[in-house]
Amino acid sequence: MSMQTDGSHEKSTALIETRSLSRKVGDRTLVDNVSVSIAQGEILAITGPSGAGKSSFLRLINRLDEPSSGLVLVCGQDYTEIGPSVLRKRVGMVMQAANLFPGSVKQNLLFGPTQHRETVTDGQIDALLSQVGLTGYENHDVTTLSGGEAQRVSFARTLANMPDVLLLDEPTSALDEDTARGIERLVVDIAAERKMACLIVTHNVAQAARIAPRTMYLVNGKVTALGPTKEVLDAYEPH
Amino acid sequence: MLTNLIDPEVITVTIQAAFAAALALGVVLICRRFSVDVLAETRISLLRGLVQMCIVGLLLAVLLKGSLMIGVLILLAMVVAAAVTASRRFTDIPYAFEVSLYSIGAGGGSAIAFMLVSKSLDANISVLVPVGSMIIANSMNACAQAMERFRADVYSHQGQIEAALCLGAEPSVSAAPYIQTAVYASLLPRLDMLKSLGLVWIPGVMAGMMVSGSSPLYAGIYQFLIVVMILIASGVSGMGVITLMQRRTFSSYGQLQLRPSRSTASGTKAS
Repeated sequence: MSMQTDGSHEKSTALIETRSLSRKVGDRTLVDNVSVSIAQGEILAITGPSGAGKSSFLRLINRLDEPSSGLVLVCGQDYTEIGPSVLRKRVGMVMQAANLFPGSVKQNLLFGPTQHRETVTDGQIDALLSQVGLTGYENHDVTTLSGGEAQRVSFARTLANMPDVLLLDEPTSALDEDTARGIERLVVDIAAERKMACLIVTHNVAQAARIAPRTMYLVNGKVTALGPTKEVLDAYEPH
Repeated sequence: MLTNLIDPEVITVTIQAAFAAALALGVVLICRRFSVDVLAETRISLLRGLVQMCIVGLLLAVLLKGSLMIGVLILLAMVVAAAVTASRRFTDIPYAFEVSLYSIGAGGGSAIAFMLVSKSLDANISVLVPVGSMIIANSMNACAQAMERFRADVYSHQGQIEAALCLGAEPSVSAAPYIQTAVYASLLPRLDMLKSLGLVWIPGVMAGMMVSGSSPLYAGIYQFLIVVMILIASGVSGMGVITLMQRRTFSSYGQLQLRPSRSTASGTKAS
């Protein structure tokens, strides 16, 4: 079995890499010494039992929380050398809830680029919406969207920033099976098309198997397995 | 002073106050029907309020004959007491007292200073302290209302705030809607007070001035001036406390720090 628990032996062409990343709060260790690297166009699933530190790990990568120790490298650069606003543009995140801002779909899509003083043309908005299967939705008020549509807008809103790395924190957990499958296809297609590195936190092992060639299994904040998805899931989630 | 205690007027008002307190407890008991149990808090508040007012009344009788410096010290003590009161409900915010103190001091201080400089407030302890206390009390309410609203909004919109941060927004941008509503919430009661002035509310200062023989027009305009000063003090306190609070709501790396205590340290579910 080619599984490993230390990402230090992986190839050095990583778009994003963590080295001995840890976060402790009080006497509790949420993330414990996690080292992993993800290459351009690669999707890594992060799974494990509840309270394993999957979301906590993801939040460290775009610096929503501060690590206690360890390093995060974005294209080989220590992320503490990058301002938080620029870092979060390069490392986009889609959360479990869509968390759309009041207003129209278009206003939501323009939010990120506006923060970076970038302009987005109507054509680019149309292309983004087409990419997430919501052509013609630009003027819809976000309160009129279904859960799946809202999550797609959230996805498009993150993509509007043209990130190099995409973090997905259980983006389909609140959606029905069909809608979830649609989002999965979207993640796979866009990661390939844009050559992004994707990290997806999921409780759903079948989902991990469908979309991620590689999986990291966390227990109590520690990596217990990191390797080809089938091998990791066969070892830790046999059922 | 002791003779005051056995004054028939004092005995009468004490009996009246006891009936009023009993009625207040009755109302609070009815509140239990709405699952609002504030009986213990009300009992303590009633007792404290009575004791505090008796002590303050006796102290003022002595102090109001003192120098202006004593008046300034009384107002400073009121600002500290107001900050303690305003911050008491925010046990989860370690800097609540500090930001309350600065903002109430700035709000109350600026309004009182303006009145002194414009000579609309007599630099006499017997006028300075009562008018100053009204302004400080309103600054305290504005401060507490702004903090409460801001905290509640940040807690309930944690997802949207972090979504904005994740898109590269500066902390001030991600919290902007909640800053706006908090400042507005702190001003609203004072704006209503101004609107209803003379229609549903004739303030005590005006009534007192008219009883003591001032011109009704002068008393009315002077009361208006005081309410405007209260609005200014509340505005400065509300904006001040939110400005100071907002700086500490985020770390220097743009991480949301003000989170409900029930969540994990990571701010979300610990999965």
